[in-house]
Amino acid sequence: MNFDFSDEQKQLRDSARRFLEKQSSVAVVRRVLEGDEGYDRELWQGLAEMGFTGAAIPEEFGGAGLGYLELCVIAEELGRAVAPVPFSSTVYLAAEFLLAAGNDAQKKNYLPKIAAGEVIGTFAYAETAGEVTAERIKATVSGGKLSGTKIPVADGAIADFAVVAAQGGSGLGLYLVDLTGPGVTRTVVDTIDPSRKHARIVFDGAPVEQLGAGNAEAVIEAVYDRAAVLTAFEQVGGSDRALEMARDYALERIAFGRQIGSFQAIKHILADMYVSATLARSNCYWGAYALSTGSAELPEAAASCRVSATRAFQHCSTNNIQVHGGMGFTWQFDCHLYYKRSNLLALNLGSLSVWENRLIARMRARNSARDAA
Amino acid sequence: MNFDDTPEEAAFRQEARAWIAANAPKHLKEELELSGFGGLYLKSEDPMQAGKAWQKKKAEAGWACLHWPKEYGGRGATPIERVIWGQEEGVYAKLSGLFTIGHGMCGPTVMAWGSEEAKRERLPTLASGEEIWCQLFSEPAAGSDLAGLRTRAEQATDGSGDWIINGQKIWTSGAQHSQWGLLLTRTDPNVPKHKGLTMFFLDMRSPGVEVRPIRQMNDQRTFNEVFFENVRIPDSQRLGPVGAGWNVSLTTLMNERLSIGSGMPTGFPDLLDFAIATGDVDNPAVRAKLADWSVKASGLKFTAFRALSALSKGETPGPENSIGKLVAGAMMQDIAKYAMDLQGEAGILTNAADAEARGKFQAMALRSPATRIEGGSDEILRNIIAERVLNLPADVRVDKDVPFNAIPTSGRK
Amino acid sequence: MNFDDTPEEAKFRAEVREWISANAPHDLDEDLKKSGLAGLRLPGRDIMAESKAWQKKKADAGWAVPHWPKEYGGRGATPIERVIWQQEEGLYNQLAQPFAIGQGMCGPTVMAYASEDLKRKYLPKLASGEEIWCQLFSEPAGGSDVAALRTRAEKADGSDEWVINGQKIWTSGAQYSDYGILLTRTDPNVPKHAGLTMFIVDMKAPGVEVRPIHQMNGGRGFNEVFFENVRIHDSHRLGAVNDGWNVALTTLMNERMSIGSRLATGFPEIFGFVADFQLPDGPAIDNAAVRAKLADWAVKSSGLRYTAFRAISSLSKGERPGPENSIGKLVAGVMTQDIAKYAMELQAEAGVLTSQEDAPAAALFQNMVLNSPGMRIAGGTDEILRNIIAERVLGLPGDVRVDKNVPFNQAPGR
Repeated sequence: MNFDFSDEQKQLRDSARRFLEKQSSVAVVRRVLEGDEGYDRELWQGLAEMGFTGAAIPEEFGGAGLGYLELCVIAEELGRAVAPVPFSSTVYLAAEFLLAAGNDAQKKNYLPKIAAGEVIGTFAYAETAGEVTAERIKATVSGGKLSGTKIPVADGAIADFAVVAAQGGSGLGLYLVDLTGPGVTRTVVDTIDPSRKHARIVFDGAPVEQLGAGNAEAVIEAVYDRAAVLTAFEQVGGSDRALEMARDYALERIAFGRQIGSFQAIKHILADMYVSATLARSNCYWGAYALSTGSAELPEAAASCRVSATRAFQHCSTNNIQVHGGMGFTWQFDCHLYYKRSNLLALNLGSLSVWENRLIARMRARNSARDAA
Repeated sequence: MNFDDTPEEAAFRQEARAWIAANAPKHLKEELELSGFGGLYLKSEDPMQAGKAWQKKKAEAGWACLHWPKEYGGRGATPIERVIWGQEEGVYAKLSGLFTIGHGMCGPTVMAWGSEEAKRERLPTLASGEEIWCQLFSEPAAGSDLAGLRTRAEQATDGSGDWIINGQKIWTSGAQHSQWGLLLTRTDPNVPKHKGLTMFFLDMRSPGVEVRPIRQMNDQRTFNEVFFENVRIPDSQRLGPVGAGWNVSLTTLMNERLSIGSGMPTGFPDLLDFAIATGDVDNPAVRAKLADWSVKASGLKFTAFRALSALSKGETPGPENSIGKLVAGAMMQDIAKYAMDLQGEAGILTNAADAEARGKFQAMALRSPATRIEGGSDEILRNIIAERVLNLPADVRVDKDVPFNAIPTSGRK
Repeated sequence: MNFDDTPEEAKFRAEVREWISANAPHDLDEDLKKSGLAGLRLPGRDIMAESKAWQKKKADAGWAVPHWPKEYGGRGATPIERVIWQQEEGLYNQLAQPFAIGQGMCGPTVMAYASEDLKRKYLPKLASGEEIWCQLFSEPAGGSDVAALRTRAEKADGSDEWVINGQKIWTSGAQYSDYGILLTRTDPNVPKHAGLTMFIVDMKAPGVEVRPIHQMNGGRGFNEVFFENVRIHDSHRLGAVNDGWNVALTTLMNERMSIGSRLATGFPEIFGFVADFQLPDGPAIDNAAVRAKLADWAVKSSGLRYTAFRAISSLSKGERPGPENSIGKLVAGVMTQDIAKYAMELQAEAGVLTSQEDAPAAALFQNMVLNSPGMRIAGGTDEILRNIIAERVLGLPGDVRVDKNVPFNQAPGR
């Protein structure tokens, strides 16, 4: 059994961590958090130069052709650094939609530019509150023109293009839209984590190009599963960092004449954080295995690591503040960067309760299939 | 057992209700109702002016701090009358946030330890809202372990008897609006930490006092750092004997925990309204969650009623109320997260114009972490319940008999 | 990243599988499948006899304790081969229960500290199941705080023997054990960890009395053991006099590190239950509230499974597993308890029934509810496990120990 990353992948992790410690320092994250700039350009360029944006893009489309295990490794480090870049929207979603449904021309048009860090892409899906379902999507394509409103769209104000889910002639379809073209109005909206900007996009007769034919719902589900694994790695990276911050503070801070980490009330909080972070990491390894091998277990593994990592990151980021006490609630300390990111990632790709329901439905389907066989 | 008023209570309630109906700022009612935990949405008026105006009006009619003696600005009401007033004042009480600490903590401490002259000078303007007070206890190195504070008070060498203050406080709510402050200082660093403390009240406009707002993670600035550089306080503003500051502070903290416990927001009514409005209430998974929070909310409410009954009979309430903040703090955080979960991908939106329920739950998510820390962290509250209610022994205190200046200050090796 | 065996591992697995398929007691398959969290049930058969028979068969073919050296009854298997053996033994591993403490804890301690003579004398029979061992550590006043124990060992005047007086408690299997490892206090005038000594004790020796404890679930798996002037020869001392605490750590380490031994969580059981159980509006598994609960347990259960796989991977590469596995019992204990309660809740009024005939799911969950409080205590309470994670994994300081440098007989509570 070799249920672990390889030595090369661990080296990749080390170099990603070193790179991000420098290029995605807390100062960089805060600049995006407090500023109007939608992301950190230098960091984004650096990630492309390191080959990270194209890690899982095949070489024929200009990528590094490394693979999904490498992308998982990178995702964990991005999460650990709460990196303020449009990585998830461009790499986990836009690129994956192109790979899953794009024709050769579409792939050739966009993927090399994604790998080179020359374009930012995103997926425009939700329109209203609550679980996104095909019936709730009102955006419509007619005569090659898209109309409707999407909110919230990750990196919507800075993206060059979007994959948009909209009602077409034969039900829900996927469309490529040039966001810098006509018929597109974008406004930045306030979110729980301003270090990752989101937008409202109003389409009013924007020209579109169809992305793939057939059942868009199945494609969305498949791409969301893949993105869920990668996002879960970001969440695990964030969980670990929050745990480390809390541990370090518990060792440094003195109350009642001793390190607060010597009190069981604090120790047990930290032990429980370690437990949830460990469970999430192990589930994520399963997700990484399924994603990288194209295993039939992917839907179940993806939902498992999504649920486990969402819980872990929220748990660790919340208790990191608790261990820090009042200082943890200040803007000055970094705890809130992780708290905000954990709340954002919990909802990007759909909420915990939606994934919980999905997980059990999938486990049930697998069991029924097994019993039938 | 019943929830009915006695005839006297009913008469009092009638009087309060009539006065409120005739005098409350009804034009603010709607906005006040929309205000949730983590933000007062008062757009039509300046919250400070609106708060002061309502307090002034109450004071003139004898409804400010009504349980205080008349000579200090109250109306000598009984504890149960105070509670009835609170129930009748309803949403308008949200205007009194500015005065909570002064009325709930500083006032009672001055009343218990101040000279008659100090009481007559300071308490009526505190009651009427003309002057705002803050509480200067916590310090960077003294939070849960309050007695670890370092702000020094030294008697002036000029024979005036004045005290000279140097040091820093933190987490001072409302310091930027306050005219007066209740200040806990260290007067003797050579004795164990609880023994070298002394309490004062001071004029926040004194030379050498500097207030710096703290930017919080929710981008509000309600807490402050307060710096003292050679600030002079006359000895007449000392509360209690020199070296007895710890005992004096217990008066304040006792009042803090009692008043915070009464009517802590939990977020439950907000969530229930939201789930009904969206139809999520029909989902069994949502119902299971709602039911759990519902019984916690009602449990807190009726625990408070039990304390009220004790007050009504002229008895001292039991320790039950100490569970209030511990339950409500964590609950509010969980509820905020869950409401956002129900909102799906749109749950990340925070602007009142875009977000569901005007962003109320997102504001709650960003404010609630502090609830589990301020005025006693969850961990300290559990210790208090275990030690004072259940009579378990206190934790081992390694700094107990150690001179204050010999206690370690950092765990870094 | 994969779950595949290396060629050597695959070859070993094939060999194991072939031997098991040819030799296992297949007539017990049905009953073993039905057992599990509710405890081993072999209607109409003597569990101990069946267990000893299977263990003997394994021993004769060299499969008894595969990772022990050959000369002590093992086959010198690698750590990863040991895990493969466990995976393949599967169901039949339930029959090894009576030997678990002896082989998992007593054996390694004897191996580390006993003389060569004693190792050759005791270990092969411990491996083959001919002799059963128990562990005598906990006492009424020394539970989580094991080092607070009071059972005295005093050197008899002018002889090479020690005289033991005192009482142990929570001793699993003492009623059928032949030997035990016994932790005693030899010097009460020094701080508590410094005055302990470990021995091998013959459970049939004069002065040893075993009294089963009647548990809240009706079972009697644990015992009190009383010692009255029991004599042990000095040759049966394990480690130096007053070094018993270090010796005990070897044992406890082995207790907490047994990787690959699958921890019961109750999740497969409840998942199977809700798939069939009907609520008024259909199968319980289709109810959103049930799904929310299940999802939480599902990811904990898979999290534990893949955490174990990570440790196994380290073994496969010849590395030492990381500390991740320390979370296992902490997660599984609470989870079993919660799952059992929730299943009973779904059963509603019928949930109070406990007999196999009347209760839903053959009373599996009722049994779990009554067993699970013990799981959260035995072998380290949840609280102790959190301390271990905080201190050994995260590097936090130990709690303030008021009894640290105090002679044992002057510590509070004496």
